[in-house]
Amino acid sequence: MTSQGAVTAADPGAAVTRRADARRVTGRSARGTGRPGRDRTRQRLEILFFVAPALTLMALFVVYPVFSAARMSFYRWKGFGPMVDFVGLQNYVRVLADDVFTDAVVHNFVIVFASILVQLPLGLALALLLNRRIRGRGLLRTIIFVPYVLAEVIAGVVWFQLLQPRSGLLETMLTSVGFPVPEQGFLGTPDLALATVFVVLTWKYLGLAVLLFLAGLQGVPDELHEAAQLDGASWWQVQRRIAVPLLAPTIRTWCFLSMIGSLQLFDMVWILTGGGPANATTTMATYLVSQGTQRSNFGIAGAASVVLFLIGFAMAVAYQFLVLRRDTKADA
Amino acid sequence: MARRATTYGRGGPLVYLVALAVVALTLGPVLYGAVGGFRSNEQLARDPAGLPDPWLLRNYGGVLGNPEFWRYALNSTVVALITTVVAVLAGVMAAYPLARYQFRFREPLFLVFVLGLLFPAAVAIVPLFILVTRDLQLGNTWWGIALPQAAFALPTTVVILRPFLMALPKEVEEAAMIDGASRIGIFWRMALPLSMPGLVTVGVLAFVASWNAYLLPLLLLQGDMRTLPLGVADYSTEHSADTAGVLAFTTIAMIPALVLFLAMQRRIVGGLQGAVKG
Repeated sequence: MTSQGAVTAADPGAAVTRRADARRVTGRSARGTGRPGRDRTRQRLEILFFVAPALTLMALFVVYPVFSAARMSFYRWKGFGPMVDFVGLQNYVRVLADDVFTDAVVHNFVIVFASILVQLPLGLALALLLNRRIRGRGLLRTIIFVPYVLAEVIAGVVWFQLLQPRSGLLETMLTSVGFPVPEQGFLGTPDLALATVFVVLTWKYLGLAVLLFLAGLQGVPDELHEAAQLDGASWWQVQRRIAVPLLAPTIRTWCFLSMIGSLQLFDMVWILTGGGPANATTTMATYLVSQGTQRSNFGIAGAASVVLFLIGFAMAVAYQFLVLRRDTKADA
Repeated sequence: MARRATTYGRGGPLVYLVALAVVALTLGPVLYGAVGGFRSNEQLARDPAGLPDPWLLRNYGGVLGNPEFWRYALNSTVVALITTVVAVLAGVMAAYPLARYQFRFREPLFLVFVLGLLFPAAVAIVPLFILVTRDLQLGNTWWGIALPQAAFALPTTVVILRPFLMALPKEVEEAAMIDGASRIGIFWRMALPLSMPGLVTVGVLAFVASWNAYLLPLLLLQGDMRTLPLGVADYSTEHSADTAGVLAFTTIAMIPALVLFLAMQRRIVGGLQGAVKG
């Protein structure tokens, strides 16, 4: 999976580009090239040399498989022999009529919205708190980032042990204080399983939110705080009227990353529940992996891939237009 | 950052209390795993919340004496190294003309990489499996897993590196050109060394992403070729009765990524923040 970091560098980057272009144009004319034709050919060859390895890798391992998935989605194919049994949109009809898949889409969206509704306020509150001058702040920051560093699989296996029905630490602790625990365990009860997965995801990814917000807060000039304080603003007023509004671009970026990550959710679910119990935690990714590799329904898996991509793409574009565009505009 | 002298910027008892709770919740599960590895299954069953009594080394000893563990660790290391070298090298090469050359298709070309960020491995996973195992005959090999991983790491790499390369002073390049250096010579001898901090950032990101990867290895690797995350997941299902052993295995498996990340913390955090803030 590509690392989450950089999605939005594109736009701020573009601003830098424009500035750099302006500089380079003057530089070029000053140097005054003698033979423009030969230079251009040479430059083209150089560019080709530099970008060829990256483009080859991307074409072979990203673009080709994606198109291949799209092609697969129009055939009934079990994975052997030539792909000849063209079935048109039948795979899409089957995928979209499959309750397991539509539930998976719903689960993905539950995670998308729960992340924003829960992790955003929580992360923001923690970042504001940790931005105060307290002892051991550096250590605290490191600690809060630890879960993010761990592999989802490793975090998942530990949590799986913690969440064991009856014998697990969590149930033992809850029982000892008289809190009722579900008969089948938190991961074994269909109504609770998705929420439990979400809690573990929050544990894993809250650190990233806090860290990004803290960085954003660091960009808020001290003078603003001081001026507000001189005017008699309380700590809360300063946070609400100054810090949070100035943090808005970081928040919007985080929401975007979180959204994309939630739509692609696979590892944690696969480890904690495998999509169960009774398909209560399937996601689009677990659906297509189980269709593609366990049941060899490659056409169905292809159709599910295309639907996953289209949903992600549509949301990314919509988000770009509705929300992130404000940041770019502010830049220009 | 610690310059702020405002009185309300200081933490009261409540702040410390919240901070403590956060630390406990964050580290709790990790410590549970690490400490649980020092207990026996019998101890764990008797009192899940207790401390080891006595502290046992045999679970950890068992993992470290398990040749499978070392096999998985070797696979993880080699795969992550190949992924990192390929992604960083191809990435910086692609980022260089995108940052320092002036040509008509520059922005569209950059857009290809930006769009690449939107393609999760999950979408392409099934065809990728077929491509690697059947067409390239690289199934269950180090290269077969590293090359696709590098390809999926490329968009991030290029997007982070381009601003780095753009920020290099133009004068250095021009001086070298006047001295007769070729573009490729400039790339090797100036752009690469000067953008080293950026290369380290993307390198660590690629390494850790590969080290932690699960989905692609799950489909492409079996048996002796499995990486640590696969090993951990399989060990925990195969030895589900041996909770203490699973905890020890998991704890040891988390150490390398943790150490690398803590050592490189400043770089990573800087890279992530830079990417978000632009």
